Amino acid sequence: MFATQEWCGLSAMTLSAFVADPTNIFAPAGTPASSIFSLSMLVLGITSAIFLVVAGILTYVLIRYRSRGAGGRGEQEPPQIYGSNQIELSWTVIPILIVVMLFLATTRVIYTTEHAQRPTNALDVTVIGHQFWWEYHYPQLGVVTANELHVPVSDHAHPLPTYLTMSSADTDHSFWVPRLAGKMDVIPNKVNTMWIDPQAKGLYLGQCAQYCGVQHAKMLIRVYADTPEEFAAWIARQRQPAVDDPSVAEGRNVFMHNACISCHTIRGTVATGRFGPDLTHVGSRDTIASGSVPNNPANLRQFIDNPANLKPGALMPPMHLDSHDLDAVTAYLTTLK
Amino acid sequence: MATQIPVTEIQDQKVQSPQRHWLEVLHDWVTTVDHKKIGLMYIGYALIFLVIAGFEALLMRVQLAIPNNHFVSPQVFNGLFTMHGTTMVFFVGMPILFGFGNYLIPLMIGARDMAFPRLNAFSFWISAFGGLLLYFSYVGGSGLYGAGSAPDVGWFAYAPLTARVFSPGHSTDYWTLSLLLTGIGTIGTALNIVATIISMRCPGMKMSRLPLLPWLYLVTSGLTFVAIGPLTAAQIMLLLDRYVGSHFFDTQAGGSAVLWMHFFWIFGHPEVYILVLPAFAFANEIIPVFSRKAIFGYPAMVAASVGIGFISLGVWAHHMFTVGLGPGENTFFTLATMIISVPTGIKIFNWLATLWGGKIHFTVAMMFAIGFLFQFLIAGLTGIMLSVAPFDWQLGNSYFVVAHFHYVLVGAILFMLFSAFYYWYPKMSGRMLSERLGKWHFWLFLIGFHLTFDLMHVPGLLGMPRRIYTYEADRGWMIWNVIISSGAIVQTVATLLFVFNMVWSYFRGPIAGPDPWDAWTLEWSVSSPPPSYNFAEIPVVASRRPLWDLKHPDDPDSDYEMDQPTPHEKQEKSL
Repeated sequence: MFATQEWCGLSAMTLSAFVADPTNIFAPAGTPASSIFSLSMLVLGITSAIFLVVAGILTYVLIRYRSRGAGGRGEQEPPQIYGSNQIELSWTVIPILIVVMLFLATTRVIYTTEHAQRPTNALDVTVIGHQFWWEYHYPQLGVVTANELHVPVSDHAHPLPTYLTMSSADTDHSFWVPRLAGKMDVIPNKVNTMWIDPQAKGLYLGQCAQYCGVQHAKMLIRVYADTPEEFAAWIARQRQPAVDDPSVAEGRNVFMHNACISCHTIRGTVATGRFGPDLTHVGSRDTIASGSVPNNPANLRQFIDNPANLKPGALMPPMHLDSHDLDAVTAYLTTLK
Repeated sequence: MATQIPVTEIQDQKVQSPQRHWLEVLHDWVTTVDHKKIGLMYIGYALIFLVIAGFEALLMRVQLAIPNNHFVSPQVFNGLFTMHGTTMVFFVGMPILFGFGNYLIPLMIGARDMAFPRLNAFSFWISAFGGLLLYFSYVGGSGLYGAGSAPDVGWFAYAPLTARVFSPGHSTDYWTLSLLLTGIGTIGTALNIVATIISMRCPGMKMSRLPLLPWLYLVTSGLTFVAIGPLTAAQIMLLLDRYVGSHFFDTQAGGSAVLWMHFFWIFGHPEVYILVLPAFAFANEIIPVFSRKAIFGYPAMVAASVGIGFISLGVWAHHMFTVGLGPGENTFFTLATMIISVPTGIKIFNWLATLWGGKIHFTVAMMFAIGFLFQFLIAGLTGIMLSVAPFDWQLGNSYFVVAHFHYVLVGAILFMLFSAFYYWYPKMSGRMLSERLGKWHFWLFLIGFHLTFDLMHVPGLLGMPRRIYTYEADRGWMIWNVIISSGAIVQTVATLLFVFNMVWSYFRGPIAGPDPWDAWTLEWSVSSPPPSYNFAEIPVVASRRPLWDLKHPDDPDSDYEMDQPTPHEKQEKSL
């Protein structure tokens, strides 16, 4: 039941705990995450100071006033002190002052994040949460993709934030990429917005942070921050219709004559389903099953055979294809770069 | 002013009764309306569920020890965390606290029973059946092997996951109906506690002389009235959605998921205080006795508790900072939540001042109470972090939150409950718990607790969300999870020691006598265990610590308390 290789990896994991963690909230790489980080340092400073003072007093009291006698009955009782209004007042007023200070610092970050001025060149992406995957639309650019979000880098010289307009197709989800921004819930019948502006090129990881059903754990998020040139090139590729490679015509045929087309879209074909991820360029993605496993033919084949192999609880049913058809479909999907 | 308390031990109930048939004993317990027996049944019932829900936690910790583990399936795991949370809140926390309240309040206010003994029994049994109904879900549906149809929507059951389309079958109905049932019992007991405290206090016990334990139970019960209503209403709306075709929370037909959140958390946050105020209540009794000093700042303690009660009704949306309510709401609920730290701080400082200048006796009960002080301080400070809305956008729904509320529920409430067991077990059973075993219990539990819940903050900071049945290997979360899980095993061992101590001491523990701790409140003036009528003669009190007055006739509390008469007393004098 335990996968043995996991235990063997223990020592490697121990090491990995201390190197850069991909989802560490204290390693911000975008403006919202950075302003939260600065605020959290202030909060940590204040709470640590309170802790040191109060825990220090408590420790002192415990040592200083421990009972030295046998503790039996008839021992002299200590002087009884019933209270002091002056002291009560002082430890009411000081906390109130701390609260006011913290509150003002907090309010500032709330407003600068949630009421930020939206630059005119900002990129819009519509995010739709599904059980258990993410759908991304680029309304200005006419691109639809899934699970792997590409956005341009937004450095200080050329701010180019991406505004996410989010809703859910089914249950509640939450979009959380800790290094870029705090989380925002993705709720059906409600439209939420948030913005991200990755400062450096790279891959930022995250995952759904609101329990959304059986396979909540594997509803992973991958945000690729591309340079403007890479981003433009990626967009250009995504706008192309699906590749039509004659060498995989058999697999294409299997796909188009099975239930696949009721849930998936491959632009330029009869497949126009909307329930599952758009597969027009599935071959260009690094992962499948919402970031769970690398996108290679072996994983793809296993997933199509029965998604529960890799992602129990996924809503896609087992396709019951024979081995030959499975190979053919896998080959076809792999060509959809 | 003379104090007339019959401290002479009342022996008549100790007359050796002949061995009775077990059915007779059972009949006795099932039909009893005695507040002490009902209190003990509440406690016993809660302890059974504590072991069950603790076992569920252990299974989850095994699953999470390593990434991509296959110890349990996602379906089973989701059922486990739902059942663990629901059980701990509704079938462990509430009943055990009501159990202590039931047992202690009449004794502490010099009454012979609760105001409504039959309502008391009714409340207990309907709550108990609620718990059984919830667990029947495991054997109902697809049976034990498939882990039945245990609810798997999380303990706050966010809509629309509870809608029939996402939760077919009856698992959600088990959850809804069992909470509806216990809600009735909870309201009944709260009503009973309020009525008892208002109208059954012994002569001389004005509200300003009421011991702090009943005072805090009064606040808790008041909160219960306000909190359970919205929960029950929401459950009924959910049932209507599921079976009559209404659309309160049915987002597919225009309903609102956020509406459920508001309903749930306007119950859910006061609920936190419903659970923690009784723990404060125990601390208010136990810390003074083992510091050998009166509680510092009694009026401030009462005011702070009442203040917490009121403010706690206006903070619920700090559970919803990530819902997208907008900056205005987030600002308001940040402020409201921060303000609650002021009366909470007053309590901690008053406990410190009570210890200051005392003679601190490190009994096991006191050690657990000191653990409570340290851990509640930390839980309060992580609470301040979470009240900062932007920080919460990162920390909310992560393992940091899980660590925070377990610090409150285990580090503060459970520690104080253990303290209460060591303190009042002699009163309830007539025997002392073993201090030696108790110290083992304390240190083991302390180590296990800190291993688990200190380190649990870290994966949250590293981006690990709660309620995931497994996690990715490349996130750097594994090492923390391994240690967290090992701490859970240490806690399990400590808890087993505690159970063993309770059973062993019941038969072999030293006889306690009426007042083993040299304490000051009325429950220690009667024999241990008290007779069914509690007091042969209703006591008359002249201060907050009637037994202190009795033991120190030359220096009674009543002299000092008179120095600061309440406005009511002033009025009486002027009249």
